[in-house]
Amino acid sequence: MSSLTFDSRRRRATDRVMRGLLLAATGLALVPLVLVIWFLLQKGLGAWSWEFFTTDPTGNFLGDQGGVKSAILGTIEMVALAAAVAIPFGWAVALYLVEYGRRGRFGAAVRYFVDVMTGVPSIVFGLFVYITLVVSGWGGSSFAGWKGSVALALLMLPVVTRSAEVVLQLVPDALREAAMALGTPRWRVILKVVLPTALPGLITGSLLAVARAAGETAPLLFTATLVQGTTFDLGQRMNSLPVQIFNDVSSPNDDIVQRAWGAALALVTLILLTTLVARLASRRSRLS
Amino acid sequence: MAATATTDARGDRSILERSPSARRADPLFRGVLTALAGLVLALIAFFFIFLLRKAEPAFSHQGVVSFLTTNDWNPSKDIFGAWPLVAGTLITAVIALGIGVPIAVATALYVTELCPRRARGPLVVLVELLAAVPSVVYGLWGVFILIPKLKPAEQWFADTFDFLPLVGGTVAGPNYFIAGLILAIMILPIVSAISREVIATVPADLKEASLALGATRWEMLRMAVLPYSRAGITGAAMLGLGRAIGETIAVTLVIGNSPVLGHTIFDQGYTLAAVIANEFGEAASDKLHAGALIAAGLVLFLLTLLVNAVARWLVHRAEVKAVGTPAPAEPVTVAA
Repeated sequence: MSSLTFDSRRRRATDRVMRGLLLAATGLALVPLVLVIWFLLQKGLGAWSWEFFTTDPTGNFLGDQGGVKSAILGTIEMVALAAAVAIPFGWAVALYLVEYGRRGRFGAAVRYFVDVMTGVPSIVFGLFVYITLVVSGWGGSSFAGWKGSVALALLMLPVVTRSAEVVLQLVPDALREAAMALGTPRWRVILKVVLPTALPGLITGSLLAVARAAGETAPLLFTATLVQGTTFDLGQRMNSLPVQIFNDVSSPNDDIVQRAWGAALALVTLILLTTLVARLASRRSRLS
Repeated sequence: MAATATTDARGDRSILERSPSARRADPLFRGVLTALAGLVLALIAFFFIFLLRKAEPAFSHQGVVSFLTTNDWNPSKDIFGAWPLVAGTLITAVIALGIGVPIAVATALYVTELCPRRARGPLVVLVELLAAVPSVVYGLWGVFILIPKLKPAEQWFADTFDFLPLVGGTVAGPNYFIAGLILAIMILPIVSAISREVIATVPADLKEASLALGATRWEMLRMAVLPYSRAGITGAAMLGLGRAIGETIAVTLVIGNSPVLGHTIFDQGYTLAAVIANEFGEAASDKLHAGALIAAGLVLFLLTLLVNAVARWLVHRAEVKAVGTPAPAEPVTVAA
């Protein structure tokens, strides 16, 4: 009997140690989050001022560096255009997959390749747009805001499609069948029953894709590139927060590095706000 | 609606029949959706063929095998041996998995099986917040905080354990290890989220049975939960690997960008993605150099493709086994 009690004590001790380790690992996982947020606030808030948000970068190496107005506006413009293309497209593909392509080889192929697209590194999309649109000078210019949007849209498309597909699958078939039994044509069932039911979830998934795209540097680096001035013409080169930060990081000038921290805080705030809105949208969902 | 509104006075058509224009709407709608779905396939085919064609000059100049295995990346002499880049990509990814996966799985185990119910939601949100931080911000943080703060610790480790392979020497500021560490942080949310899903599919019967037999909580996790979800967790790790291989900006900022293969994990290095980000500006006019970079992109693409295919297959199999129907391979996380 004594061996059993000894054994039990050892087992209980192992249990306690391992549970402690799992807790410690969870704590450890949160350390980088705390550190990133801490340093962002500490270094970024100092850079924030009225001028920071209302002036463009000057490009001077010495003296006044200017703010990030053009970068913030550029990010918003390019992400908005990308979203305007990728979200309807992604929803349409997801609708096809759920409504018509549940079985069959074509549907399976589309689903597989959307998955493939999800895994493509963002730099490869940037590279692709660079050699197809930028080098060939499509639309009369080399670098342009809309080309950045194309790269971002390619990045968003699979994410929007996958999340929309998941949500559309949650719409109960009973709803579809009830509407069709009443004589409603399929396209009206989709537009008037399926889409409204899934809408909150669709919006959540799409906004999360938008949030992800807003933080991407690699696709914009060789498509919209870096400029100082604010522009509302998507045919021109366009600044963006991630590219501005990427450029500022490697500067030996402390003021420029300071601006990078401020811009990083602004970017993270923008992304978190989008994420928050996305989460609020799904609160209204009646699908589980 | 369209069907009942059109009553034909002469009785050619039943009032329940749809008008010809209404009947056309359905196939039209279906056709448009199918065409858009087909466009995705066309897009990817175009994407792949285009990359292949543009990479051709580099492959024919250097040869595919030589491109992958030559340890010399020297664009000014037209030598494109991508081995230092491929090796750098693999080294950083392995470090990222080595650090990130155990922590991610431990977090998933703690959150799903051990933590108080009330703490579960907030913990999940906090881990997912890690995915909301953009790559360039991790890079910024790595350059100005992580590199200077960790350097003494790395040097101590290199001096103390220099009998281990790949450890020792003088620690460079930016190096493979720092890049791997940042990648570990970046893949943590996705690996943790998928592990959580997989662990949640372990049947309660199994867990209760092991507890009823007198197993402690840890023994229950080790003997019931982990073996059951092993394939799924492996898949989650592979998806993390796919992310780590393709990550560009954060790595570019902290790996040192030296095209020479380092001797230890504390040496400067380079990765496939970083070389594309850095050299594209200068390669625009040089077809061969540009081709070499596109070839690097292609290798990256195929590498992630392979890794993701294996990962999805594993996760899919684990979930089919669990519930009989496949669940979505990737949950909708902040950065999904």
